[in-house]
Amino acid sequence: MNFIEWIKQPWPWYVAGPLIGLTIPVLLILGNKSFGVSASLRHICAACAPLNVPFFKYDWKKEVWNLFFVGGILLGGVITAFFLSNPNPVVIDPKLATELAGYGVTNTEGLVPKDLFNWGNLLSIKGIILMVGGGFLVGFGTRYAGGCTSGHAIMGLSNLQLPSLIATCCFMIGGFFFANIVLPLILKL
Amino acid sequence: MSANTFKTVDLNTDFEIRSQNSICVNRSALDKPIWSNLKFAFAGILFGIILVKSQAISWFRIQEMFRLQSFHMYGLIGSAVAVGIISVFIIKKFKIRSIDGEPIYFEPKKFNKGQIYGGLLFGFGWALTGACPGPLFALIGSGATVIIVTLFSAIVGTWVYGFFRNKLPH
Repeated sequence: MNFIEWIKQPWPWYVAGPLIGLTIPVLLILGNKSFGVSASLRHICAACAPLNVPFFKYDWKKEVWNLFFVGGILLGGVITAFFLSNPNPVVIDPKLATELAGYGVTNTEGLVPKDLFNWGNLLSIKGIILMVGGGFLVGFGTRYAGGCTSGHAIMGLSNLQLPSLIATCCFMIGGFFFANIVLPLILKL
Repeated sequence: MSANTFKTVDLNTDFEIRSQNSICVNRSALDKPIWSNLKFAFAGILFGIILVKSQAISWFRIQEMFRLQSFHMYGLIGSAVAVGIISVFIIKKFKIRSIDGEPIYFEPKKFNKGQIYGGLLFGFGWALTGACPGPLFALIGSGATVIIVTLFSAIVGTWVYGFFRNKLPH
């Protein structure tokens, strides 16, 4: 197997995880920046629609590095899709596949379930809850918590911050509750 | 003299507001041209590729994680944190400086109840969308264009939080 073929396979956690961890020293050494993604959403608000809300009245241009960083993440997605995409279907847990099939979600190719996340579904109740409602909770919740998986679970824990441990535990509790109890109810709609 | 004093106060207030973020507080006092940020775009590209190839942006992997059906995400986040802890320790121990020669600064996070309430709300959203903010950008790039709607909704969510911030328990 040559290098390109190898790199196109899904990367195991013990390769990708340490690489994600290395993002922390890279950003710190490149310019004293703390790893974090969700603040970019706040900077977009501050840049586009501060509308006299004190929380958005700050000099977002000082944080513009973060917008370059998320722009890069988007571009990384494009590059992977064009040059490094996995030719084989993604293997998912058979229990999950059975459960999803019960809700009519049978297409498990790709990174999002195409049966649920597509433009045509956007005006259905299920689509609005998952795509619009879910997105709203992500934006509202991360800013309320002061960070997301990158800022709290990875950067905060790496710096041994107790508030980040509390936040990370709450991310997981909320996720466990919604994935196991609430999501099945939504998928039955 | 008075102008100088005003500037200092102004910068401090500005920093106070920015630090409410608890992350992404840019301590660098250097005024650098905008193109100098391209290196962060490059770091973002690498991070984006890692996010896609690790399947951390897969809705299915997130569902497996919350159903304890796979070790993948736990291994991924766990090993990332392990490398992060070692990196931060080395940077502090050897007082490593940034490439601009500045001392590297770590902002301690203060506890507030928002980390509990907001954390739970984000957990709900993570389970529904299968994505945290980083993966939203990577998913759009990788061709799941409908996630643009989810990202826009997340920006609206952030704005609504900012609007009601003073009325929410912290």
